[in-house]
Amino acid sequence: MGRMKFLCDDERCIECNACVTACKNENEVPWGINRRRVVTLNDGQPGEKSISVACMHCSDPPCAAVCPVDCFYITEDGVVLHDKDLCIGCGYCFYACPFGAPQFPQEGAFGARGKMDKCTFCAGGPEEDHSEAEFQKYGRNRLAEGKLPLCAEMCSTKALLAGDGDIVADIFRERVVRRVEREDGRTPPKIPWGWGQAYGDKKS
Amino acid sequence: MPTGKCDTPIRSNRWILLCWSLLLLTPLLWAGDADWTNPRSDWWREIREGVSGYSAVVGQETGELIQASGEFWRQLRNGPVSWFGGLALGGVLAALSVFYLVKGPIRLAKPRTGVMVPRWNTMERCLHWVTALLFITLALTGLSILYGRTLLLPLLDHEALSSVLHWSKLVHNFSGPVFVICLLAMTLIWFKDNLWRRVDWQWFKSFGGMFGDDHPPAGRMNAGEKAWFWLLVVFGLLVSVTGMALDFPVFGLGREWMQLSHLFHLVGAIVLMVGALGHIYIGSIGTEGALEGMVRGKVDLNWARQHHKLWLEEIGIEKPGPREKETSPIERPRSFFRPTT
Repeated sequence: MGRMKFLCDDERCIECNACVTACKNENEVPWGINRRRVVTLNDGQPGEKSISVACMHCSDPPCAAVCPVDCFYITEDGVVLHDKDLCIGCGYCFYACPFGAPQFPQEGAFGARGKMDKCTFCAGGPEEDHSEAEFQKYGRNRLAEGKLPLCAEMCSTKALLAGDGDIVADIFRERVVRRVEREDGRTPPKIPWGWGQAYGDKKS
Repeated sequence: MPTGKCDTPIRSNRWILLCWSLLLLTPLLWAGDADWTNPRSDWWREIREGVSGYSAVVGQETGELIQASGEFWRQLRNGPVSWFGGLALGGVLAALSVFYLVKGPIRLAKPRTGVMVPRWNTMERCLHWVTALLFITLALTGLSILYGRTLLLPLLDHEALSSVLHWSKLVHNFSGPVFVICLLAMTLIWFKDNLWRRVDWQWFKSFGGMFGDDHPPAGRMNAGEKAWFWLLVVFGLLVSVTGMALDFPVFGLGREWMQLSHLFHLVGAIVLMVGALGHIYIGSIGTEGALEGMVRGKVDLNWARQHHKLWLEEIGIEKPGPREKETSPIERPRSFFRPTT
C-alpha cells in the first residue's frame, strides 16, 4: 500500500480557492468550517506565492500525540483520521498542529468547542464505508470509491497533487527538471525565482 | 596529483594547516556574488518563522501557513511537564506516607481541657470547604485529562475513557471560574492574618514542631499556614489567569498564547496539588485536633496553647506569660512593604 500525500506546487497555484469550495461542497462541511484554505504570501507583490493547505496527514501526527482520548488513527493508506464519537473537543490537536488543520464548530456557551473536524483526504471515517453516519460526520469517502480527494482532482492548474506519495513525488520531480530554463524558447527565457535559480543556473 | 615537498614532519604539518586555511577561505571568493540567493529558501524560512499571508478563508490565524510552536508545546507537555509533574505528585504522596508510618501524627501534648475556643466562623468554614471541594474536583478532572490516556486507557476502553474525559472537561471548565471567585474571596478575608511576622522564622527553624518536642509559638496562622496561603495566592492566580484564557476561546487569543497558558496552567496546578497534599495531611491525620477546628469551628484550649499560643494572647484568652529568651515578643503584623524601623 502506498502512503497518501498532498503536495501543492507553489509555481502553479493561482489562488482560485476552488479546492476550498470543492471540499466544502463535496463533504458538506458544516457552516463556518473550512477544511482547506489557500494562503498567499507577499500578496500583490512580485513573486507572490500561494499554497493550498489542509491536513498534511503526517507520518508522526502531533495531533494524535497530544489527544487525551487517543481518537486518531492512521489508515493503511497513511491517511490520518479521527473518531468524532470519541473526540471531546479539548482543542489540543489544534494547539499542536503546525498547519492549523483541526477545526472546531462553536458549540454551547463561551465559545466552547464542539467535536473536531478536519480534512479526511476524502477517506471518510471509522463508520461503515458509504454509510449515512459516515457522510454526516466525516463527508464523502472517495478513496473507497477508488477516487482521489476532490480538491486535487479538480485543481485547474494541477498545482494541488494528491495520491500515493511516490507517484506525487515523481510528478513533481519531473516538473522541477523541466522547469529549468531551456534555449528553445518554449519556456520563458528568464525565470526570476524557482528551482532553476536554486541549482546554479546563473545565466538569468 | 600535486605533492608538497617536505623537509621535516613539522613543515609538513604547516603545509597541511595552510591548505586547510585556504580551503576555509574559499567561500570568500564567491562572497562578491551575494545578490544571487535562492528566493525560495528565504520564503520557506519566513514561513517556518510564522510569517502570515493573506487567506480568503476568514478566521483566526488562517493566514499563518505553519506554526512551529505547537511542536515545542507538544514536546514539553508530553515530556518533562508530565514526567516531572507525576514524579512530584507521586514523590510527595510517598514521602507523606513514609512520614506518617515512621513518625506518626503530632499528638496533643496535654489532655483536652474540654474548654473550646472559637477559631473559624461559619463564613470562613463554608468558604474553605467549598474551595476545597472545587480544588479536589478540578485536580482530579485535570489529572484525568493529563494522565488519563496513559493511566486509564489500559483499564478502560476508548469509549469509556472518552466519556470520563468528556465529563472531566465539562466539569473542569465550569467549576474553574467558581474556584477563581472563591480564591479571590479567600485572599481577601485571610490576607491580614497571613502577613509575615518575625516570629514566623522560628516556626520554620524548628520545622513547625514536627521534629523535637518544642512547639514554636504562632499567631492565628502559623508560618506553615502562611506559606500555604501565599503559595495558593500566587500559583492560584497563575492558574486562574491561564485557566480563564484556556476556558474562553472567544477572547481571540492565538495558539501561542493558548500553548503558553496551558504549560503554565499545568506547572501551576502541579505546584498547588503538591502543596495541597501537604496541607491536607497536616490538617487531617497529621495533627491531632486540627480538623475539628475547620469542621466545627472550635478548638480545644490545650490544642490552641500547643499550636497557636500567641493567638490566644492576641484574642485575650491568655495573658502574655513570661517569655523565654528565644521567644520574640509579640509584634504587630508587619507588612511586606513597610520598611523595618
